[in-house]
Amino acid sequence: MISDFFRVAWHVMRKDLTVEVRSKEVLLTTLFFAVSVVLVFSFAIVREGRAPDDVAAGILWVAVSFSGTLAMGRTFERERYNDTLRALLLAPSDRPAIYTGKLLGLLVLLALVEMVLVPLVGLLFNAPVLAFPGTLAALLVLGTVGFSAVGTLFAAMLVRVRSRDTLLPVLLYPITIPVMIAGVRGTAALFQETPDLPMAQFWIGLLIVWDAIFITLALWTFEPVMTE
Amino acid sequence: MNNDFETLSVVDLARHYGRRKALSQVNFTCGAGDIIGLLGPNGAGKSTLLNILATLISPSRGRVEYGNRTAAEGGAEVRGRIGMLGHDLFLYPELTARENLVFFAQLYGLPDVRAVAQASLARAGLADRGDDLVSGFSRGMRQRVALERALLHEPRLVLLDEPFTGLDQASTASLVARLRERQQAGCILVMATHDLDVADGLLSRAIYLKNGRLVGTDSDSHGLSERYRLAIQ
Repeated sequence: MISDFFRVAWHVMRKDLTVEVRSKEVLLTTLFFAVSVVLVFSFAIVREGRAPDDVAAGILWVAVSFSGTLAMGRTFERERYNDTLRALLLAPSDRPAIYTGKLLGLLVLLALVEMVLVPLVGLLFNAPVLAFPGTLAALLVLGTVGFSAVGTLFAAMLVRVRSRDTLLPVLLYPITIPVMIAGVRGTAALFQETPDLPMAQFWIGLLIVWDAIFITLALWTFEPVMTE
Repeated sequence: MNNDFETLSVVDLARHYGRRKALSQVNFTCGAGDIIGLLGPNGAGKSTLLNILATLISPSRGRVEYGNRTAAEGGAEVRGRIGMLGHDLFLYPELTARENLVFFAQLYGLPDVRAVAQASLARAGLADRGDDLVSGFSRGMRQRVALERALLHEPRLVLLDEPFTGLDQASTASLVARLRERQQAGCILVMATHDLDVADGLLSRAIYLKNGRLVGTDSDSHGLSERYRLAIQ
């Protein structure tokens, strides 16, 4: 049963990535948008090679969340074009496996975007991104998972709604505020002049709790949300 | 427990969207080898009924019994015996025909997915175009791939939403032949269609819907247009 769940999730993720490799549509759009955000902020804020305290962490997470919203809307938009979401939901497996596959596909795309964003933020804002790479990676992974877990559910819910592009951020941002706060504060603790590792670890702990709550709720509500 | 079923019963089925009644008090039963036509004007509730039969939406009242189980009781096992061909074909245009078939065969957990996909491509008459992107196919070719995708797992219940739309004569004839072959194999086929000329003589029973209500049913084999006019007026 569990192996069946992950088999379906794996195939859905692989299909999404194959489609993305062919079209490069979501990755390029998301990446271009995220890099633009970081560049615009760096031109506006950085003076003589120095940025105000904590700004780099905020801008990194603004870029991740805005570009993530763009990506999650687009990945479900594809399932709408030829109504393939209905074909996925007809598969004889637990329906949350479809959700999990879509979430994993999105996480891979956002991981690629973050691999470009983090060095860029380090370069432009003079942020010490290599000081604690493991802790920074944990913050980014956990924050992105929490944010994407909610976003993937909402994107699926809104796939047949005409004003989905407006509604997705309106619903997503208020609910993911705890994840964003934890991500920003944890990253800021690492980027400050004297890095505060215990504080970053505290925020990582909170992110783990939020992720567990969001993923559980999303897996639990996906089927009723899609069939009611 | 055997996952298969030989009868489909729709009992007092209703679906409401807020105050709007998309379906109301729909009842019918059909069995293996039946081809049921859901006929009615636009907005009659045909697609809503197909979606409920496919377990894609829940009824507001009543139930659908697949053999002796409802969708809630059967879950994934019931879904594994349902195939659906939608009006929008359910294919990924960025993938090749073979990749589409392999992907869905994997979702259904079929053994030897490559061989299954190859056999499906041969049945669709596209064995030599299997590695072409679906986006480059004509409507008729996509329809043939989509039908084989819906039949990959040899479902008992086959649901078809406007299957003849946009097809030329040859493609229509080939689709009719494939549906008859599935009928002979003991499938229950339920199709929503406006194409009464093609459906005439194909259906074992016509169910007429109007404003979400079942307004008539008959099992005559010919003269469908006239009977439709009388039932719907």
